[in-house]
Amino acid sequence: MALFTLNINGKKQEVDVDPTTPMLWVLRDHLNLVGTKYGCGIAQCGACTIHLEGTATRACMLPVSAVGNQAITTIEGLSENGDHPVQKAWLEVDVPQCGYCQAGQIMTAAAFLEKNPNPTEEEIEMAMNGNICRCGTYLRIRKAVKMAANS
Amino acid sequence: MTLVKTKIGRRAFIRNTGLAGGGLVLGFNWLASCKMTPEQVSSLPKEWFNLNGFLKIGDNGLVTIMSPNPEIGQNVKTAMPMIIAEELDVAWKDVIVEQAPLNTDIFTRQLAGGSQSIRQGWESLRMAGATARHMLKEAAAKAWEVPAGEITTKEGQLMHEASGKLAGYGEMASAATAIEVPEEVELKDINTFSIIGTDKKNVDGPKIVTGQPLYGLDIQREGMLTAMIVHPPAFGMKYKSMNAESVKSMPGIKDVFHFEAYTDEVEKQWSDGGGIPELVAIVGNSTWECMQAKKALQVEWEEISKLESSAYHDEALAALMNKPTEQPARKDGDVEAAFKKAAKIVESTYTAPYLAHNTMEPMNFFAHVTPEKAELLGPIQTPEFLEKTLVSRLGMPAEKIDIMMTRMGGGFGRRLYGTFAVEAAVISQKMNAPVKLVYSREDDMTQGTYRPSYKIKYKAGLDEKGNLIAWHVRGAGTNDDLVWENRFPAGAVDNYLAEKHVLQTNVTTGAWRAPRSNFIAGAEQAFMDEVAEASGKDPIEFRLELFDRAINNPVGDPKQNDYDPERYAGVLKLVKEKSNWNGMDNGKSRGVSAYFCHDSYVAQVLDLEEGSGAPRVGKVWCAVDCGIVINPLSAKNQVEGGIVDGIGHSTYSAMTFTDGKPNQSNFDTYRLIRNTEAPKEVETFFVDNGIDPTGLGEPSLPPIVGALANALYKATGRRHYSQPFINDRPPLVG
Repeated sequence: MALFTLNINGKKQEVDVDPTTPMLWVLRDHLNLVGTKYGCGIAQCGACTIHLEGTATRACMLPVSAVGNQAITTIEGLSENGDHPVQKAWLEVDVPQCGYCQAGQIMTAAAFLEKNPNPTEEEIEMAMNGNICRCGTYLRIRKAVKMAANS
Repeated sequence: MTLVKTKIGRRAFIRNTGLAGGGLVLGFNWLASCKMTPEQVSSLPKEWFNLNGFLKIGDNGLVTIMSPNPEIGQNVKTAMPMIIAEELDVAWKDVIVEQAPLNTDIFTRQLAGGSQSIRQGWESLRMAGATARHMLKEAAAKAWEVPAGEITTKEGQLMHEASGKLAGYGEMASAATAIEVPEEVELKDINTFSIIGTDKKNVDGPKIVTGQPLYGLDIQREGMLTAMIVHPPAFGMKYKSMNAESVKSMPGIKDVFHFEAYTDEVEKQWSDGGGIPELVAIVGNSTWECMQAKKALQVEWEEISKLESSAYHDEALAALMNKPTEQPARKDGDVEAAFKKAAKIVESTYTAPYLAHNTMEPMNFFAHVTPEKAELLGPIQTPEFLEKTLVSRLGMPAEKIDIMMTRMGGGFGRRLYGTFAVEAAVISQKMNAPVKLVYSREDDMTQGTYRPSYKIKYKAGLDEKGNLIAWHVRGAGTNDDLVWENRFPAGAVDNYLAEKHVLQTNVTTGAWRAPRSNFIAGAEQAFMDEVAEASGKDPIEFRLELFDRAINNPVGDPKQNDYDPERYAGVLKLVKEKSNWNGMDNGKSRGVSAYFCHDSYVAQVLDLEEGSGAPRVGKVWCAVDCGIVINPLSAKNQVEGGIVDGIGHSTYSAMTFTDGKPNQSNFDTYRLIRNTEAPKEVETFFVDNGIDPTGLGEPSLPPIVGALANALYKATGRRHYSQPFINDRPPLVG
C-alpha cells in the first residue's frame, strides 16, 4: 500500500492503495466516482475513458502510480451542471439506450472535439471507433458529436 | 367510450403504506445517493398521496409514477409511465419516474423479456392511470357538490365548466384516497392521446450523461465487501480442490471458499438455467484486490462429462441435417411428390456459431442476507423467479426477501438467468455481511448462457412458371430445436414440411435477443432470395405473391399460422415504397428482408456502399408494424439498435470452443461491431393502425441479417451461408 495525492476534477484527493491499482478501481471503489465504468479491463471497450491532462485515457490500464500530478477529469467533473456541449448534445439526440457505455463515449468525444473542433464525418467515426456500444447507438453518437461541434 | 373492469390487485389500492415496506426503503436509500437538481429539490411536495400502487400524487400536483418492469435499455422506464400518465391526464413535465421494486401483489409480470413489457402491461397501466383519474374526479365532485360526469380533466387540472370551478390534482389528491375504487373505469379514446405517440426523452438521460450511480455495479454500501467467483475453465468440468490458504493472506482479502450456489435440494426455476452448482468465492475489500487474488489462486478441476469442441458441434449438427425426424413438426400436402415434379429445386444449408451476450455491464449483484431478512439489489430481468429460487435456496419466506432492480447496462437475455444473484446471496449469507458480487469480463464471457449454435437446411421446389410448390425446412440447434413450424411460409405453400432436431450439449445456452429468430430470419430470408432468383421474379414481388396466397387461399387452417399475412405484406409494401425499390438504379447493392416475431412485423431494405475494401452498409430503410407506438423517439432508437446489433453479430461475432474451453474471453478476441462499421443511416417508418401495441426490443434485429446477406450477394456475387460473414470466404484457389 502507498499514499497517493491525486488531482481529480480540480480537487486534491488522497488514497492509500496498492500502487498497481488501475485508476478505474481507485475512482470506483475508493473515491465513489462510479461514472467511470468497468467494461473489459484491457483497454478494448472504452467504457472507462477519463481525461489525463486533457487526453482521453483508458482508466482500466492506468496504474495509480503512473498518474503523479497530472490532472484527471472524470464524467462527474466534465462540467459543473451536466451542461458540457457534448452532454447537452447527448440529451438532445437522446443517444443512450442502456446508457452504460455513454460516459466513456462522452469523455472520448469531449477530448476529441477539444483537439478537432470541426471534424468531418469520417474523423468522428474514427475518433469514436475505440468505444464499444453494445446497444448499437453509434448513429446517434455521430450525430451528437456533430451537434456538439457545431454548438 | 371504452369501459374496462379494474382488474388491478387489491393490494394496489392499499394507500399511504408505501410500496411493500422494505423494498422501497432499500431502493430509496440507494437512489437517494443520486444528486437531485436544485429545481427538483425545491419543487418536491410536502406530502404524497398514494392513489394506487402505480402512482402517488403530491400536494403540489407533481406525480410519481412507478415503472414496474426491469429496464435493460429497451426504455420501458420511460414508455410504461407514459401510458399511465396518458390515462391519468397529467402533464409529462410534472411526472417523476421511479423504478418499482419487485412486488407481485401489485404488479403483474415484472419481467424484461420477449419484447412483452408494453404488450402485456398495456391494459393494467392504462387502468392504473384511468382509475386514479376517476377517483380524483369523484373527489372533486364531492367537494364541489356537482355530478362527477360533468367534471373534465386536462394536464393535471380538474374542471367543472358550468360552475367555473377549477382545481389541480394536488388539491384533490388527499380526498381522492378516500374514494372507493371503481368496479370499472373509462379509458381514453386513442385518438385523443396527447402523451402516447409523442417523442419523450429517456427519463434517466440526465443521470446517464453525468455519470451518476444507476447500475448494479455502482452500488456502494457501508461495510460492503466485494466478491468475485472462480468457475470451471471448461464446460464439462467441476471443482476438485484449491490452495485457498496461500491467497487468504493477500492484501485486502477476507475469505476464499468453495461453495454450492445450487445444492441438490434447491427448487430450480427456468431462470436458473445455466447456473454452475459449485464455485469458488473470493471476498475482499476492493475489486482490484479480489482480482489479484483471483490471479494467484490455483484451483484444480476434474472432468465430469465430454469436453466438446466447436468442430464436434458443427459435425454433429451437420449429421442431423441429413436425418429425417420421426415426427414432422408440420406437414401440408406431399413435399416428396412435389419435388419429383418440380422444374427447379433450390437447396441450401445455413450455419451460425454460439454467441455471448456481452452486456457492457458485466454480471453483478448486491446482497445482504442476515438470519432475519435478505435484501437484494441489482440488474435482473426476472426478479420474480429469482425470489422463488431464493426462497428455496436460503430457506426464507418470500416476505423476508426484498428485491429491487437497478437500471441495467444491457440485458439481451443474459440477465433472464439470475444465477449471479443467487451466488451473491449465498456468499453474503456465508460472510454475514453486505456483499457486491462482481464478474470480470472474462467470467462474464466464458460461463455464459450462450445463443445456441445452429444449422438449418432449406429445400424449395418451383414449377415451370416459377411458382413455389414445395418447401422443406429441417433445423437443429444446440439444446434448442430452432424451427417454428407455423411461421411464414407455412400456409402459403401447398406442400410444406418442417422438421426439427436438438443436439444436447453441455455448453450452456439460453435466450439471446430474439431467440431463434436472430438466426432463422436471416437464413430463411437469404434462402427466399435464392428461390426468388431461381423463379426469375423480383424478390419483393415473389414474397408478396406468397402473402397473397396466405391471405386469399391459405393452406391448412389459417388459425394454425402464427402470423397475419396482411400485416406482413403491409410492412413489405411500405418499405418497398419508402426505399424506392423499383428505382434501384443507383449502383448500390441492395437486399430486402421481412420477418415477424414477438408479435411485430418488420421489413427492411439495406444498401451497401461500394468502395475500396470491404462493403459498408450505407442506408437501411425499415418499416415496422408494432401497433400503437408509445414513444416514437425511443422506438426508432430500438429499431436502430437492433439493426446495428444484427449486422454486427452476423458479420463479426462468434464464440468457439476447444475441449470445452471458450476460445474467446474478452473484446480482444471476441469482435463486436464498432462505430465505423455501423450503417451510415437508418430511416424507420411505423404503420399507423391503432392496434394495441406489441414489442419492439427484438423484432428489428432478425430480418436485417437476411437483408445484409442478400445485399452482399449483389455486391460480391457469392451467397453467404455461414456466420460470421467475415469468416465466410471462398476457399483459396491455386
